[in-house]
Amino acid sequence: MRRRPNYLAGLASIVWLVLVGLPLYVMVSASVQDTSGFSASGPLGLPHHVTFSNFVSDFSGGFGRYYLNTVIVTVSVVAVVLLVVPPLAYAIVRGRGFLTRGAFRMFLLGLAIPAQAVIIPMFYLISKAGLYDNLIGVILPTAAFALPVCALVLSGVMRDISPELYEAMAIDGASSWRVFFRLVLPLSKSGVSTIVVFSALQAWNGFLFPLVLTQSNSTRVITLGLYDFQTEFGVNVPAMLAAVVLSMVPVLLVYLFARRALVQGLMGVGGK
Amino acid sequence: MTSIARTVAIRRGRQRSAAGTDRVARPGFAWALPATVFFLLFAIVPLVLVAVLSFVSWGGLGSPQWAGVSNWTKLFHDPVMLQSLWLSLLLTVLGVAVQTPVSIFIGVWAAGYQRNRAVLSAIYFVPLLLSATAISVLWRALLDPNFGIPSQARWLFGSGNLLGSQAGAMGVLVFVGAWQYTPFHTLIYQGAARAIPRVLYQAAEIDGAGRVRQFLHITLPQLRNAMITSMILMVVGGLTTFDTVLILTQGGPGTDTTISAYYMYRKAFQGFDFGTGSAIALLLVVVATIISLVVVRISGYDKMRSMAEGV
Repeated sequence: MRRRPNYLAGLASIVWLVLVGLPLYVMVSASVQDTSGFSASGPLGLPHHVTFSNFVSDFSGGFGRYYLNTVIVTVSVVAVVLLVVPPLAYAIVRGRGFLTRGAFRMFLLGLAIPAQAVIIPMFYLISKAGLYDNLIGVILPTAAFALPVCALVLSGVMRDISPELYEAMAIDGASSWRVFFRLVLPLSKSGVSTIVVFSALQAWNGFLFPLVLTQSNSTRVITLGLYDFQTEFGVNVPAMLAAVVLSMVPVLLVYLFARRALVQGLMGVGGK
Repeated sequence: MTSIARTVAIRRGRQRSAAGTDRVARPGFAWALPATVFFLLFAIVPLVLVAVLSFVSWGGLGSPQWAGVSNWTKLFHDPVMLQSLWLSLLLTVLGVAVQTPVSIFIGVWAAGYQRNRAVLSAIYFVPLLLSATAISVLWRALLDPNFGIPSQARWLFGSGNLLGSQAGAMGVLVFVGAWQYTPFHTLIYQGAARAIPRVLYQAAEIDGAGRVRQFLHITLPQLRNAMITSMILMVVGGLTTFDTVLILTQGGPGTDTTISAYYMYRKAFQGFDFGTGSAIALLLVVVATIISLVVVRISGYDKMRSMAEGV
């Protein structure tokens, strides 16, 4: 029914596009130049001599190790989330018990707990547990803080499974296990991929937990590497921006393939 | 195992069918147990512990000593603390004021079916994927007074050293926050705008209402719930801004952008005063909760329960 295009909003969105796109362009163009070339062409200019030496020097500066650590953290966080969230969401949607409803309330409340609020006790507990400066000590809290949103997204998807299907399985005398593995999981694949992408993103981009809970070079993750780089070699802008590019390449690749899963999942959080 | 579960399920099913119509096997609390215990341990327990730690004196080594309310009295006589609270609130309010109109505008636009919309919204979304660290490092380089964008446009930025003054540095923090989070809030509004029944617009059109009136009298009121969700997230996010401040301004110039979350980090992890740090953390949670409750109350949106059930 709405036929006339909305020029004003269209214009606003183009302005915003420039605000988003321009910094990204500067970053990529700077990352493929050397310092002298970058200062000659200026931040907005086209790169004249394209070189990949920045990426090479980043990797020789330890970025490979940071990458590996970040991959370990990310994969483990996703594994934990996959292990505990689908059963939780199933219980939230189909359970009738008083405890289950209490757990759901707790996770709703948990949405509003910022990591900053618990970082000091977390440091205390992780140190007491002997996990300080150990990647496991980063993985556990990171996974815990991914739970509330994941539970919410997945239970939202599971709610859409029609009651008739449960009825049909009940007639077959199916147990909760059977219902879960034969009906609920297959029908909520989209939600499961959303929570995988979402928790992976949180783990990959995590900063506060690694900052406070690790110390040595061997446990450093990418985000901390970027931070150190910035304080140590703040002058070599192209090398620094090349490191930023390196940190986001995997994320953008995943986004390319899983855009729909991520966007719809997030839209569901606010939209409903 | 399976047979036991089945027997239990069938027995439970019989009880149900005696009372009502429900014969389906229901998952018990055991299904929720692993996630619940995990979350209790790593989120709820620390949240309780932060309250306890705010009454102790602890330097990171050895064991904490009970200190009564001394951390709190110190805090309320600390000018930097009071300033940091004020700056946190200012940053939050400015963030909400900038991001809300922009994201409503673009979100409603993106909910329509214009051509190119998919491509545009794919690019909009990119900042949300990046870590706050990457974004802060990027913007710090872009805003460098010597070789960044301001040095290319002195007519617009004056001296070019945006981070050198309080107004400039706060402005940068608000801008970078908006750059990062507007896509997310746009998405919330886009989802909500899609859900508005089209008949409302058709009826308004028959009544001869123009686009502006349709927006003011249909779209905005229908977006109320989305607005509340989005604003609460903005408040919590704004009050807990941390990475951006640590990398972009280090709380400076002086203490001009030392917001509470950053002050907490400095007190605890640089000043080794974990008791005072905990008090600041607890204060932040309390302030965020109060503001969220006020937003909910003012907007008359006390249907949190129905939202919980509808998710």
